[in-house]
Amino acid sequence: MCAAIGGDEAAYRKLLADLSRALRPIVRRGFAGVTAAQSEVEDVVQEVMLAIHLKRHTWDQTKPIGPWIMAISRNKMIDDLRRKGRRGEVPIDGMMDLLEAGGHEDAIHAHDVNRVLDGLTGKNREIVQAITLDGHSARDVAERLGMTEVAVRVSLHRSLKALAQVYQETKT
Amino acid sequence: MKTDDLINALAADTATQKRPISQTIALAIATGCIVSAALLIGHLGVRTGLVETIMQSWHLVTKIAFTLALAIPAYFIVQRAARPDGEAQSLWPLLAIAPAMLLAAVGFEFMTGANDDVSNVIMSPNWSVCVIHIPLLSMAPLAAVLCALKQGAPANPTLAGAFGGLFSAALGSVLYATFCDADNPMFVAVWYTVAILAMTALGALLGSRILRW
Repeated sequence: MCAAIGGDEAAYRKLLADLSRALRPIVRRGFAGVTAAQSEVEDVVQEVMLAIHLKRHTWDQTKPIGPWIMAISRNKMIDDLRRKGRRGEVPIDGMMDLLEAGGHEDAIHAHDVNRVLDGLTGKNREIVQAITLDGHSARDVAERLGMTEVAVRVSLHRSLKALAQVYQETKT
Repeated sequence: MKTDDLINALAADTATQKRPISQTIALAIATGCIVSAALLIGHLGVRTGLVETIMQSWHLVTKIAFTLALAIPAYFIVQRAARPDGEAQSLWPLLAIAPAMLLAAVGFEFMTGANDDVSNVIMSPNWSVCVIHIPLLSMAPLAAVLCALKQGAPANPTLAGAFGGLFSAALGSVLYATFCDADNPMFVAVWYTVAILAMTALGALLGSRILRW
């Protein structure tokens, strides 16, 4: 993570891949008895990873990263359970009160997220697709589309925040 | 969307690194503090003979110590509350120092019996100035703290907002204490407390609305 914060893309990619593998059983265990659907588990894993990415400046680098990752995972799992309007057993301490705030029935699913990606306008969409589906680097995409690398990165970052916003909007 | 696709996107987004949250908060608070200090100096003015009075009056010393004893722990709690794993609760007991100190001062004041009329002290004409100006001087720090907390990932948004409100009110009180010449601990215990609690409640309300992430 230190390397990733320093801008090392390869190290970050490896970290994220490891993280997704580590998170899957955690989320599955947290949702035991609530859902067994693989797609829902994967959804939450993605939401946690997105939060970890967008909030990585809240990790204090002098502290171990494990508790920080677990805290974000718990927070997102509770959010998800609350959205579904179900009470569930999430392995948490001192955060159950967050569950009290009542539930919204409008759970969002993978297709909502895909709709966000579909809803992106021409160039933004092209950028996100080139980077996500085809795995190109921001520099390659910039060259291909005749944009600056910075503009590509800004566009990508905005799209990621829009994605986080989709999760957010069903919460309030 | 597949998780691997998301990983591609996140990995390509490494350049958008924000500064560490602790720095963001410190900067925001410094800014809020400067704005409020400017407001104090421009609008109210520091009371005349502040330093001389500190030398002579334990009332004034107690008042300023009370506000500082609140502001300093509140600052560190806000710093922790901004992080998902901050565990701010371990610092909560430090907040008891300021009220304990003030209560002791009020008790001492009663025992020495220097005040013939308690209600006169509490209802001194300054009270409305106090309950208006402490929140006024807290506004800029509160706005700054909430903006900074928005960049963070508070484990509990409502509590984070409340501590943001408490901190900014304590800071506002520190500043206001250098203007206000009602130094009696009984006056402070009533009106400063009212103003500080009101700002804490406002912070909690705003926090629960805007600090979700």
